[in-house]
Amino acid sequence: MSDKKKYTNIGRSVPKLDAVEKATGKAVYPQDTNLPGMLYGKILWSKHPHAEILKVDTTEAQKLPGVKAVITAKDMPPTKLGFAQDNPPLKGDKVRSLRDEVAAVAAVDEDTAEKALEMIKVKYKPLPPVFDPEEAMKEGAPQIHAEAKGNRNKLHYAFEYGDVDAARAASDVVVKHRFKLPWVKHCCLAPYSCVARWDESGKLTMYSPTQIPFLYQRDLANILQMPSSKIRVIQPTIGGAFGSKLDLYPNEVICAVLAKKAGQPVLLTYTREEEFKCTPSRQPVIADIEMGAKKDGTLTFRDVFFILDNGAYTSWGATIPYVLMNSVTSLYKCQNIRFDTAIIYTNNMYSGAMRGYGNPQGTFVVERMMDILAEKLGLDALELRLKNCNQPNEVTPQGFKVTTCGLRECLETVAQRLDWKNKRNKGQKETGTLRRGVGLASYIHVGGGARVYRSDGCGAIVKVDDFGHVTLITGSTEIGTGTETVLAQITAEELGVHAEDVTVVNDDSAIKPWDVGIHASRTTFIAGNAAREAAAKVKAEILKTASELLEEPENKLEINDRKVYPKKNPEKTLEIGKVIRKAHFRQHGQAFMAEAFYDPPTEMEDEDYRGNISVTYGFGTQGAEVEVDTETGQVRVLKMVIANDVGRAINPMLLEAQLEGGLSMGVGYALLEKLVVEKGEVLNPSFLDYKMPTVKDMPPVEIVLIETDDPGGPYGAKGIAESGTIPTAAAIGNAVANALGLHLFELPMQPEVVLKAVKAKLAKRD
Amino acid sequence: MMKHRLNLRVNKQDFEVFVKPKTTLVDLLRDELGLTGTNKGCGTGECGACTVLMNGNAVNSCLVLAVEADGAEITTIEGLASEGRLDPLQQAFVDEGAIQCGFCTPGMILVAKDFLEKNPQLREEDYKTAISGNLCRCTGYVKIVKAIKKVAEGE
Repeated sequence: MSDKKKYTNIGRSVPKLDAVEKATGKAVYPQDTNLPGMLYGKILWSKHPHAEILKVDTTEAQKLPGVKAVITAKDMPPTKLGFAQDNPPLKGDKVRSLRDEVAAVAAVDEDTAEKALEMIKVKYKPLPPVFDPEEAMKEGAPQIHAEAKGNRNKLHYAFEYGDVDAARAASDVVVKHRFKLPWVKHCCLAPYSCVARWDESGKLTMYSPTQIPFLYQRDLANILQMPSSKIRVIQPTIGGAFGSKLDLYPNEVICAVLAKKAGQPVLLTYTREEEFKCTPSRQPVIADIEMGAKKDGTLTFRDVFFILDNGAYTSWGATIPYVLMNSVTSLYKCQNIRFDTAIIYTNNMYSGAMRGYGNPQGTFVVERMMDILAEKLGLDALELRLKNCNQPNEVTPQGFKVTTCGLRECLETVAQRLDWKNKRNKGQKETGTLRRGVGLASYIHVGGGARVYRSDGCGAIVKVDDFGHVTLITGSTEIGTGTETVLAQITAEELGVHAEDVTVVNDDSAIKPWDVGIHASRTTFIAGNAAREAAAKVKAEILKTASELLEEPENKLEINDRKVYPKKNPEKTLEIGKVIRKAHFRQHGQAFMAEAFYDPPTEMEDEDYRGNISVTYGFGTQGAEVEVDTETGQVRVLKMVIANDVGRAINPMLLEAQLEGGLSMGVGYALLEKLVVEKGEVLNPSFLDYKMPTVKDMPPVEIVLIETDDPGGPYGAKGIAESGTIPTAAAIGNAVANALGLHLFELPMQPEVVLKAVKAKLAKRD
Repeated sequence: MMKHRLNLRVNKQDFEVFVKPKTTLVDLLRDELGLTGTNKGCGTGECGACTVLMNGNAVNSCLVLAVEADGAEITTIEGLASEGRLDPLQQAFVDEGAIQCGFCTPGMILVAKDFLEKNPQLREEDYKTAISGNLCRCTGYVKIVKAIKKVAEGE
C-alpha cells in the first residue's frame, strides 16, 4: 500500500492475550465452574421421533436420595423458543424428534441424576414420522406442526432479478444439475455446558458460552417471563463456537428452571454423544440449479431452488437462505437471477448456524457449476471467472455496494501458485491408478458487519488510568478467534500505547455495553471501529492536557510509545500516565474515559431481499491440488492455496490462524464429514465414527494476504473469520473433477462416492 | 458404594484420596483435586483433550480408572510451568498462535512433551503422528505443528 503508515501495533503478530491462561490450564470453561452447593443437571430425551406424550410420571425419581429437582413441561412457562417460536424447552403434548427434551433432573452428582432419569416413566403414543424433506412436502405426509401446512416452514426466501426466462432463451449454453449436501457438526472440543444461579432477590446469573449475550438475555427473559434486568450473563472461556452458540436453546432454559426449583446452582454439561445428537447442525440441502452463458463466457442467468431439511424446530438453520442467496446473486456478475426455497419440517434434529451460514453450501453449488459451465463452453475455468469477476464499486443484484474488491488478484494469485496453466489445461501424468488435478473456487461474504437485526452495533468503553494502563470494555465476545487481542491492538494504536498495555473486559453483560453478537465475521470490523472511536475520544482529552503542559497546540503533538511529544521536538516527551495524573490530581480534576457505539451505515434487506447489509464485502479464492486413487476412491489433497482480500491484516498470525482453521473445516466438509441420520437417529455420534480432520488430514497450505485497505474498516480491515471454510469444498470438488474427468454432485467425497462415480464412468465407456 | 483409598503424586505433590471404583482419572483430577486444566472433550478416549502424563507416559485420563493410578506419578498441564517460567512448549504454543479456544491445548502440549522427550530426533511427519490422536477444531493444526517443531529444533 502506498499510504502504508508506520504502525506500532497494526500489522504485528501479537500473541493472543489469553494464550498463557490457556497454555497453563488456568482458563475457566463453563464445565470448570464450581459454586457452593452446585448440582448437576441432566435431560431426559424422547424415545420416539414423533409421538404424543400421554403421561410423564416423575414420582419415583423425586424420591431418590440426592435428587433436588425434577421438572417437566408443567414446570415451564407456556412460552416457546426460536425464530419461529415453535420450540417449547420441555415438550408437553408431543415429541417431534429423538432429541426432544421431555423432563430434566438436578441432583447432587451426575450418577444420581442419571439414575433419576431412568426412573421417570413416560407413556407415548407413537405417530407416523417423516424424515425425508421431499416426502414431507407430499400431500398426506405426517403433519409435524399443526400450524405448518404441508410441513412448510412459514419462512420463505425468494428472490428475482432481471428476466431469467428471456436470458435462458438467449443463452448459448445451459447446464442443470442437482446437488445434495449433508448434515455436519461444529465439533467444538468443549461439550456444551452452562451454569444457572439464582440469588435471594430473584436475580438469575447464567454462566454461558453464548455468542449473543444480549439477545440471549432478552430471549431468556421472554421465555422465563421475567425482566431482562434481572438476568446477568457471564461468558466464561468458550471452548469452540463456530455458530453453535448463536441461539438460546432449551438446555439453558432447563438449567435455569432446575436451579430455581432446587434453590441451588445447577451445572448442565452435555456428553459428547449429546453434543452430536442434540445440538443443531449445519443445514443439509438439496439444490436444483440451472445456469447459462453466452459463447464468450458472459454469464446469462442462474435459476436455483433449494430444499432445506429444517428438522423438527426452527433455529437459525431455517434462515440460512438469507446468506446462501448471497453466493447465488452476487458471486461473479450475473444479471438474471431466480432464487427460491422450501424449508421443510421433518422428524430429524433441527439445524442451526454454522461458520459461513449457508455460504459454504451456496458457494459449493455455484462454483461447481461454474466449472461445469466452462467445460460445456470449452473455456478455461479460470478465464470464465475472470471474465465475470466482481469489481470495486459494483452494485450486485441484491444491492450490495461493493467498495474494495481484490477478487481478480486473488484468482490470479491462486492460479499462479497452483501452476494452473500447466497443471489444469495440459493434464497431468497418470501414475498407475493415481490421477491428479487442480481446481479453484472463490467466495463473497459480508466483511463489514451484517445488518440482519435492526441494530448491527457494538459499544466500547475505553479508560486510561493514572499509570497509562488502558482498559477496553467491549460488547463483543471472545470465542477463541483472537478478537480481544485484535481489539487491544486497535485501541493501543489509536492511543499510542502497546497492545500488551491493554486489558480487555468482554465477559459480563452487567458491565459491557451492548453488542449484537459474535457472528458474520463482524467483530474485528464492528467492535474494532467502536473501540477505535472510543480510544480516539480519550486520546483527544490526553492531547488537550498535554498541550497545556507542553505549551504546544494539540495538532502539533504526537502520541506514540506511551508518550506525548511535540512533532518537531520529540525529545521533549511526557509519559501518558504523567499527563493523566496532572489532570486528575488537581482541583476540578478529570478522569480519562470515553464510550462509543458504532452502528455501521448499512441497511436491512427489504422484503424482496435487496439492501446493502454490509459496509464492505470480503472476497477470496482457494485452490486445491488433489490426487485421486481410482482403485480405492481415496482423495488426497496435496496442496491448498488461499488468497484473501483481508482489507488490512491487523494481526497476520491470528488472521492466518483463522484461515487455516476455517480451511480444515472445509476439508472435512469436502472429504470426511457426514452425520449419518437414519429414521431421525444419528448413527455416528462419536469422534470415532464421525470423522473430523486430524492433523494427518490437513494438507499443506499457502496463504497470500491481499490488502485492499478498506476505507470503512478499522485501519482498513475487513472481517474474514468464516471465509476459510466457505470455498474449500468447491475448490477440492473442482480439482477432483479435473483429476477424474467426471463430476460428483454430493458431499462428502468419501471413497465410496468417488469409486461409484469412477465405476459408472467406466461402465459407460464399455 | 465402597470407596477405595489411593495414594498418588500429582505435579510433585502427594495426595491421599478416596474414590469410587468407577471414577476415572480425569474426574479425580478435575472434581476431587480441582485440576480443571485437564479438559474432558469426549470421555471415551477419542479426542485427546484430557491427556496427562502418567509415570512419564501420555495417557487419555478418561480411559484410566483412578484406582489404576494408585502409586503413580502424574503430571497435568498445571504442573508444567516451574517457578513462573513456562515450559518451552507452552511458550511456543503462545508465541506461534497455536492456541485458539484452548480446549485441546493442554492435551496437545502434554502429548508433544511426551514425544519430544522420548524422541529428540523427530522429523515433522513424526510430530504429526505424535498428535494425530488429539483433535483440534480451531487451528487446522498448522500452528500447533509449527510450535512443536520450534521446540524440537531448539529455536
